[in-house]
Amino acid sequence: MGKVANLESLQQVYFEAIPLLANRRAQGGPAEKPLNGKCDVLICGGTGCVASSSRDVREALLVEIERRGLKEDIRVITTGCHGFCAKGPLVVVYPQEVLYCQVKASDAPRIVSETLIGKQILEDLVYQHPQSKERFPVYHEIPFYRHQLRLSLRNCGLINPEDIREYIARQGYFALGKALTQMSPREVIEVVKDSGLRGRGGAGFVTGIKWEITQRSPIRPKYLVCNADEGDPGAFMDRSILEGDPHSVLEGMIIAGYAIGAEAGYIYCRAEYPLAIQRIKIALAQAYEYGFLGENILGSGFSFDIYLREGAGAFVCGEETALLASIEGRRGEPRPRPPFPSVSGLWSKPTNVNNVKTYGLVPQIILNGAEWFRGFGTPNSPGTATFALTGKINNIGLIEVPMGITLREIIYDLGGGIPKGKAFKAVQTGGPLGGCLPAEALDTPVDFDSLVQAGATMGSGGMIVVDEDTCMVEFAKYFLTFASAESCGKCVPCRIGGRRLLEVLNRISNGEGKPEDLDEIEYISRNMKEASLCALGQLTPGPVVASLRFFRPEYEAHIYERKCPAKVCKGLITYRVIEENCTGCMVCKRNCPAGAISGEKRQVHYIDPNICERCGICIEVCKFDAIMIE
Amino acid sequence: MNRTLDDDPAIDLKPLLEIIDEYKNQRGAVIPVLQRTQETYGYLPKPALKEISKRLRIPLSRLQGVATFYAQFHLKRRGRHLIRVCDGTACHVKGATKLVNVIEENLELKAGGSSPDYKYSLEIVYCVGSCGLAPVVIVDDRVVGQAEPDKLVRQLKRIED
Repeated sequence: MGKVANLESLQQVYFEAIPLLANRRAQGGPAEKPLNGKCDVLICGGTGCVASSSRDVREALLVEIERRGLKEDIRVITTGCHGFCAKGPLVVVYPQEVLYCQVKASDAPRIVSETLIGKQILEDLVYQHPQSKERFPVYHEIPFYRHQLRLSLRNCGLINPEDIREYIARQGYFALGKALTQMSPREVIEVVKDSGLRGRGGAGFVTGIKWEITQRSPIRPKYLVCNADEGDPGAFMDRSILEGDPHSVLEGMIIAGYAIGAEAGYIYCRAEYPLAIQRIKIALAQAYEYGFLGENILGSGFSFDIYLREGAGAFVCGEETALLASIEGRRGEPRPRPPFPSVSGLWSKPTNVNNVKTYGLVPQIILNGAEWFRGFGTPNSPGTATFALTGKINNIGLIEVPMGITLREIIYDLGGGIPKGKAFKAVQTGGPLGGCLPAEALDTPVDFDSLVQAGATMGSGGMIVVDEDTCMVEFAKYFLTFASAESCGKCVPCRIGGRRLLEVLNRISNGEGKPEDLDEIEYISRNMKEASLCALGQLTPGPVVASLRFFRPEYEAHIYERKCPAKVCKGLITYRVIEENCTGCMVCKRNCPAGAISGEKRQVHYIDPNICERCGICIEVCKFDAIMIE
Repeated sequence: MNRTLDDDPAIDLKPLLEIIDEYKNQRGAVIPVLQRTQETYGYLPKPALKEISKRLRIPLSRLQGVATFYAQFHLKRRGRHLIRVCDGTACHVKGATKLVNVIEENLELKAGGSSPDYKYSLEIVYCVGSCGLAPVVIVDDRVVGQAEPDKLVRQLKRIED
């Protein structure tokens, strides 16, 4: 393939690429012309599905298709993440748009003979609603997808992320063409400003204004950085986009580079995402091959390069000044702001830093206009929010919803509620630097400002649901353990404050809490928030403060009654045999790793609380529900 | 994590020199060079760091600073097979701690260390982004989802060198 020299030849490539997607249609979108009797089988190649052996399914399908001599009629395509990771490996058959869940390699012959040839739906592979037991064969009719609005994720799971032509067939690189040939850099910035797009990394700064500051600086060269150092536990939005639609991010970066007058861009991706890194590398090579990167892009005279940098395992590098230090080859320690990177960033040059999702949305905004984008979401937070929904929820996965939707709608309509009929307790947004919200706050609309007002944060998109079995002290302690371990150690409030806070929480969960500990938590948290150098230190107390605010009685029960209401904290619980239920089968005694259980055959057993390690194995192995926690 | 440089037996510097050559004129090459070095040797041996320091004209103290800052870098020899147990939120809730205990017990090692025969190393990592499959263990580069303690140990013991 030669370089795409101008807008006309991009049109040409587009028309040639359209047939590739003729069988597939966007969710809820109009059906495009079907190819004569031909089928596309899409296999999810996201990290989740690959881990559940989607590659084996692919091989098995290829073998079966080959055996039946159908290679000409059926194409097997590996796509990015569909978001429904817990149900993986996922297979979608087009043109019927049938979604099969948890497909095994051994299902391949049936899929070929029944669905691809016989046009019959395999009921047992179709998604079944956990409560109503209703089956949903059609992809976009599944409740998990029906309530979504996919802008950032519009190509994820639909196109082959390793084939630039499929991206172009979705009008890929048209926004770049429009920006470079029909718009001045100022006009591009105006459109992004008018769209009201706010940074999807979590802080929600208005993207257009950030670009403007960088653009106005007289200092050259200027740089552009894509923050793909997605480090929050429980978050995988950026990874899925980079794996499923890497070109959208590249296109957004090139447009941003044109708008602010940058010469080069860096993608800083965490090394823990090998598949995302591989897909970025492929996408970069293709973009250079087609001439969307490099010299004189689309004949416009604008030149731009993008380099990939792999992180080296430091959570703090998600903070922009630490990230820049890391690209420069130094320890990833933050520095005080101002000056902000827009003024003095990489190698002290003006640098625009945005999140993966922010860049990914730019092409569609340029192509469809600011008004189009403002048509979604709320006036102050236009567009959509992408969340990685996880924890104690039925539909674990990746979702994209219009801003302004309530937490309740996300958790119950999309998420399918809490498993095993348990009660909802809290939802944590913003990851280890965010906060939790209780059941009373379920009707809070999800947008940048409302979440902050309610006591949590938008964050970059982790959403963790916990049920009644979760102890909020333990939950807060978990995040604090993570965040304080990731403190870079440069500033004192964060380094020492996190430690001290953790000590207090450990004390409380061990049953050694003191009445003044709650004041101590508030005191340390306030100081960390006000005196820490960067967001990591300022927000580390967030989960503790939020859980103390909404679940204070639970903290008090730990301290005053020496009880853990959720029966989780090991220092505050004892395991006991329920004598009426115990048959003396000896199973628990044999399985106890600590040797804490005594008792003869057919005699009621006894657990010695002084030896018991509270590991819970005995409860798991007991067939008679004869062990309880007090 | 190890905070001092180990004394090491002599290593073959040839592949290292090739890496350094490739990045010689690039800005901010330190981390990519260290990453490639570790890919080649499995860890960052002291003689390699000395060589990088000399050829890229970066004080050894600064290299040491960078190498100890990032969790990815290892200054100690590691096992031939790397077991990483995810202790991210979702995995933690679904029993990651139990997986760690079982592996430690059965393979005679501690988290962060290696088995006496250097066959295995065990690490605890935070969120690998496969929360839908929790609890997750990554054995070398293979992701094992919904890991069960006994089955996992059997799988690990079956790995051949």
